Amino acid sequence: MFSVLDTRPVAPGVTRLEIAAPRVARFWKPGQFVIVRVDGEGERIPLTVVDADPAAGHITLIVQAVGYTTRRLSQVPTGGEIADVVGPLGRPSEIEAFGHVAVVGGGVGTAVAFPTARALQGAGNRVTVIVGARTAAHVILADEIRDAGCDLIVATEDGSAGVKGLVTGPLEELIEADIVDRVIAAGPIPMMRAVAETTRSGAIPTMVSLNPIMVDGTGMCGGCRVRVGGEMKFACVDGPDFDAHLVDFDGLARRNRTYLEFERAALEADMPMAAR
Amino acid sequence: MKELSTRERMQIPRQAMPVRDPAERRRDFEEVALGLTPELAEREAMRCILCKRPPCIEGCPVRVRIDQFIPLVASGDLAGAARMLAEDNALPAVCGRVCPQETQCEELCVLGRKGLPVAIGALERYVADWAREHGAGRQAPTAPTGHRIAVVGAGPAGLTCASDLARLGHEVTIFEALHEPGGVLAYGIPRFRLPRDIVGAEIRALTDLGVEIVTDAVIGMAESIDDLLAGGYDAVFVGVGAGLPRFLDVPGEDLVGVYSANEFLTRVNLMKAHQAGAATPVIDLDGARVAVFGGGNTAVDAARTAVRLGAAEVAMLYRRTRAEMPARAEEVEHALEEGVLLTEQVAPVELTGTDGRLEGVRLLRMEQGEPDESGRRRPVEIPGSEFDLPIDLAVVAIGNAPNPILRRTTADLEHTKWGTLVADPDTGETRKPGVWAGGDIVTGGATVILAMGAGRRAAQAIHRHLTAKNDLEAG
Ligand SMILES: Cc1cc2nc3c(=O)[nH]c(=O)nc-3n(C[C@H](O)[C@H](O)[C@H](O)COP(=O)(O)OP(=O)(O)OC[C@H]3O[C@@H](n4cnc5c(N)ncnc54)[C@H](O)[C@@H]3O)c2cc1C
Ligand SMILES: Cc1cc2nc3c(=O)[nH]c(=O)nc-3n(C[C@H](O)[C@H](O)[C@H](O)COP(=O)(O)OP(=O)(O)OC[C@H]3O[C@@H](n4cnc5c(N)ncnc54)[C@H](O)[C@@H]3O)c2cc1C
Ligand code: FES
Repeated sequence: MFSVLDTRPVAPGVTRLEIAAPRVARFWKPGQFVIVRVDGEGERIPLTVVDADPAAGHITLIVQAVGYTTRRLSQVPTGGEIADVVGPLGRPSEIEAFGHVAVVGGGVGTAVAFPTARALQGAGNRVTVIVGARTAAHVILADEIRDAGCDLIVATEDGSAGVKGLVTGPLEELIEADIVDRVIAAGPIPMMRAVAETTRSGAIPTMVSLNPIMVDGTGMCGGCRVRVGGEMKFACVDGPDFDAHLVDFDGLARRNRTYLEFERAALEADMPMAAR
Repeated sequence: MKELSTRERMQIPRQAMPVRDPAERRRDFEEVALGLTPELAEREAMRCILCKRPPCIEGCPVRVRIDQFIPLVASGDLAGAARMLAEDNALPAVCGRVCPQETQCEELCVLGRKGLPVAIGALERYVADWAREHGAGRQAPTAPTGHRIAVVGAGPAGLTCASDLARLGHEVTIFEALHEPGGVLAYGIPRFRLPRDIVGAEIRALTDLGVEIVTDAVIGMAESIDDLLAGGYDAVFVGVGAGLPRFLDVPGEDLVGVYSANEFLTRVNLMKAHQAGAATPVIDLDGARVAVFGGGNTAVDAARTAVRLGAAEVAMLYRRTRAEMPARAEEVEHALEEGVLLTEQVAPVELTGTDGRLEGVRLLRMEQGEPDESGRRRPVEIPGSEFDLPIDLAVVAIGNAPNPILRRTTADLEHTKWGTLVADPDTGETRKPGVWAGGDIVTGGATVILAMGAGRRAAQAIHRHLTAKNDLEAG
């Protein structure tokens, strides 16, 4: 069992959890994730580790309640327990001195991209983080991004904070006005695809953090397979970061909808499986 | 018990294990084979003609003393038989159920030359089940040696190695990546062949010996092997299995509705997708048409699982002929009884669908060509023989490649070009000092008992190594 040390909401439907997971905390590197099982009957879901304190043995997760399991996890209170936290999993993000890096986070994807942005800043890069959110209330990690020394640009769909519109607007402007050596994006599939298209013509190296459905997270099941440059890759051991210009986003989007009806039924019944 | 002559023994017919009716068992996940009754077991044990130099033992990778435990069953000394079996085999109730005895001990049984061999596997299962139900055959550890050993992977290889080392008095910690120990016994082999309480009991016997099992620990991603060696472990045994599923490499494999057998079976076995209320689904199979590609145990297990999930039609599609299927003969028979269809000598060329969902497979007929390295005749395509089969679900069960995690994270662990770990077949010693290995990670996908044999030999080698080190330090 893993103790939840702190649970707090950070945006509508988005919860930050601090969990005692010494093994993960000790070995985690930015870009890596864990697989979590809320209780003994639960499913295994992948979540990015947003931060880790190796000395204290704590990790931080930020989870958006999009379905049954993420909702259950968001409801585990401070002082509660979860059954399994395994990791770190996946390859760490490439952290090198690239120059000027634009990091784009959409929605909870900001949590996925943030640790990499901070590590890049720490490695001597100039980092501009573009955070996309529905409204001002949905913007997460703004203070942490600024505290890490990154420049922050916010884009909201309703214009309630920062610029109005999608993240690709500010990204295009940044590329026009400045030299951008590398782009990193994490968020909903349509957003990552749009970022990939934005940087394709200028051939700016662009990495996306993919979020396929996973089971084991160790390369054993092949459920997380994605096409990258026509080749089959397992996101859990070969990724989750891949070259955005080579990713088959359509295939990923289709495969992520495999269990849509099941998921809807589970959510409505507030039970993993209403009836079989 | 009255002494029987060899002739009298040979006149007793082989006793068949009772099996549940196919029409009934194909609807649930309860165990198919019911085990021998005491009467059947005793009668079967009496068939053993007590060879002076019993060849059967040679067929057993862990050298169970078959010639000695079977007479104990015949004479009704089940406690004695259980004790002996527990000494020789760390997972007897598992082996009695899943070992391919027909190509191992039973193949060498003298009775098999003229008639049917002694049902050694059924008797092993009988004794192991009796022991579990009566709390017998438990092993006591010897005095602690003070040595600590890390075992990576809680499959049959790791569990056996851990059990043997613990009984020799070493302090053993098993690190397992998944949330449950057992390896393929937990996520691969279905419960209708291997009920989970049996695996659970075998693992409890291990923790009773003092073995610590740490789940949720992926060695290579968390601690490296070097971290373990530096962190107070005197030796490391690597038994991480051959986990990475192979795909067909044909167009359409990314369609929704195409699973690897590992994923399909894991969702059901480990994550309980078959139960009402389970949080991890598989796509709805009610009335579906299912194709399983492959001819091994994994393919048969996937096909029989699909039947139980309500599929209307399940076909195993195999490149060669039934005689060449690597699956256990008994399991193939059980599958056919349950309504699984077997289509021989076909190979998929494309999976087809619309809107990203699987709708069919295009197949090519094959014929037998020249024998290949394995001695089996190579399947050769018959040009122009394409035909289409409508299907809703495809399960790819054509084998596994070794998992890349340790290979990528442990530079000085030597691997073959196929990705398997290089280890001495007699001792499991690798080229990295302090590290032994065995099971599927060394051999590629094999069997439970071969993995156990490797775990046992490595345990002995590790013990010898540590004892020699003690002597050196003392001398
Ligand atoms: C490497 C990796 C890192 C991730 N990191 C985070 C993170 O830090 N924070 C976070 O909130 N989420 C993260 N995700 C996504 C998260 O795993 C999914 O949202 C979660 O599995 C959904 O489970 P559920 O039971 O709550 O929802 P479900 O009922 O399974 O699904 C609900 C809805 O979410 C969609 N969905 C299902 N699986 C995924 C998925 N893997 N990605 C996106 N949408 C999905 C479904 O299509 C459906 O519409 C990550 C995914 C991966 C692969
Ligand atoms: C569906 C199926 C049916 C089968 N049926 C039969 C049968 O009827 N009879 C038979 O004899 N054989 C059968 N086999 C084959 C048999 O199960 C295997 O040969 C055997 O399990 C190999 O044992 P192992 O200990 O080497 O590896 P595994 O059983 O694969 O166990 C390896 C363990 O190591 C863990 N692991 C992997 N990497 C790491 C890591 N980095 N850190 C920590 N842990 C890790 C894995 O999670 C796993 O639990 C079957 C196999 C399958 C897939
Ligand atoms: S999640 Fe199973 S192989 Fe990646």
